[in-house]
Amino acid sequence: MATNSKKLHRADRVSGFLYTSPFFLIFAVFGMFPIVYTFWVAFHKWDPFSEPKWIGLDNFTNLMADDRLWLAVKNTFSIWLLSSVPQIIFALFLAWVLNHSRIRGNTFWRSVVLIPNITSVVAVAVVFGQLFGREYGMVNWLLTVLGFSPIDWVNGSFASHVLISIMVIWRWTGYNALIYLAAMQAVPEELYEAAEIDGASKFRQFISVTIPQIRPTLIFTIIVSTIGGLQIFAEPLILDGQGYGGGVSRQFSTVTLFMFEQGFSRFEYGYASAIAIVLTVIIISISLVNFLIVRKIQKA
Amino acid sequence: MTAIEANVHKDQSSLGTRRIRGRHYILLAVVALLSFFPFYWMFVISSNDSSAITNIPPVVVPGPNFLRSLGMVNEIINFSVPLLNSLFVASVVALSQVFFSTLAGFAFAKLRFRGKGPLFIFILATMTVPTGLGIIPFYFLMSNLGLINTLASVILPGLTTAFGVFWMRQTIDGGVPDELIEAAKIDGASNFRIYRSIVLPAIRPTATVLGLFGFLAAWNDFMWPLLSLNSPENFTVQVAVRQLRSAYFIDYSLQMTGAFLATVPLLILFALVARRMVAGVMAGAIKG
Repeated sequence: MATNSKKLHRADRVSGFLYTSPFFLIFAVFGMFPIVYTFWVAFHKWDPFSEPKWIGLDNFTNLMADDRLWLAVKNTFSIWLLSSVPQIIFALFLAWVLNHSRIRGNTFWRSVVLIPNITSVVAVAVVFGQLFGREYGMVNWLLTVLGFSPIDWVNGSFASHVLISIMVIWRWTGYNALIYLAAMQAVPEELYEAAEIDGASKFRQFISVTIPQIRPTLIFTIIVSTIGGLQIFAEPLILDGQGYGGGVSRQFSTVTLFMFEQGFSRFEYGYASAIAIVLTVIIISISLVNFLIVRKIQKA
Repeated sequence: MTAIEANVHKDQSSLGTRRIRGRHYILLAVVALLSFFPFYWMFVISSNDSSAITNIPPVVVPGPNFLRSLGMVNEIINFSVPLLNSLFVASVVALSQVFFSTLAGFAFAKLRFRGKGPLFIFILATMTVPTGLGIIPFYFLMSNLGLINTLASVILPGLTTAFGVFWMRQTIDGGVPDELIEAAKIDGASNFRIYRSIVLPAIRPTATVLGLFGFLAAWNDFMWPLLSLNSPENFTVQVAVRQLRSAYFIDYSLQMTGAFLATVPLLILFALVARRMVAGVMAGAIKG
């Protein structure tokens, strides 16, 4: 019996190693190695026509003096705020409606809100680019009918951020609403009944019962949308149509797009890698700030 | 409060509830309209000729030209090629993610081996690494492996994901009783046999959703395919649509036809599995 269990243990050790190694292999080769290598490249001058040459911190000092970086940082934060804040509010509201009205066709409505999320960014950008076109777009036509002046959505700086944010909001609100809905369903009904007896309005119940109860989920989605939002590039890339510039006056160039531009259009590999590292530092800092705020709230 | 008063009160409140419910339906109808409109719009634009697009007020109903647009798109890029490429890539990625994730999830949930705890925490930690930022060396790597402009270059990095392993570990941990596995071991079943005959059947619904997510992600992926795939016979659908956009002329009806072709397969798939996808998103929420 003892030898038998020893044999079983050895079998588990072998299988455990075999079954988990594919992940580690793929991650090491295609995930970890490029990230680590990026640090090496960032300290070199390297283009397709010459061998990499060590230049110390030059890429970083040049980058800090590069207005294009700061414009890209500004654009990235602007798009991130414009897309994530309304998105979370809409998603919470939508989840509340899906949860708190004994509506018929639960599965149907839930599927409907998920549909935008299955669409590719490319298709979304093509459709929204047309709808928000300057001359013949439906949105500008509606604006003029309502007595407003048409907006140059792509060439305006703030307007282009709004347009990109609308694409992000359209694609992600329903998905987040389902996540909030799942969390709301776990809130005990008694809490609402107690609030009802205390005379709390529906809105009051939402603020004082629902939000605190789903806080962990809320925090989780905020962190995920921060990490994703700060790396945004697909929507701006397709909106541009031609290249990695982010519009004629770089009005919607984001940090990731700037990295692609330097790496794959200017072939400045070292400089592009330095941008990647700066963005990583930004993401980590924001995540830390997030984390500290969350801890403070939880202690209070 | 008398009985009559109580009744009146009840009636009023149910009237109020009905009104609120009515408002909710209107709101949901608006949300549904907003969700569907872009898809409808793709078809409207692709089925009208280019001159209709410049109409003021805009044309809002489908026209008779869809087949003509389809023909014109196919003159630029034979769209059946990218459709088949994407189908192939997304299917391989989906199957492989299900296989490797359930296998590793099984090991982490039910097998005893050295370093199991730390390794699992390591996998969780990898989810926070912005691997997309290693794109430059990633390109060199693929180039040195001779994989640029091959479908293998877009399949290989997606073969397994940390999220998949994590999700399947949680599912197997809670969904397959230890006693069942112990009993099978006493009967002399190998670990792989246990995986195939006990674990996989028990978690099939969740594993299917994982596969669907993998399929969607691979179908919609476009940045890396755009950098890697540069000859039309290797295009995936997203690259093909992008090509239509950056072609010499801006013709919205052609772009929209491409976008429509790239989206319809997903809409059909979604119609078949919407219930499971919704359940999957909501289940993932609780565990995440």
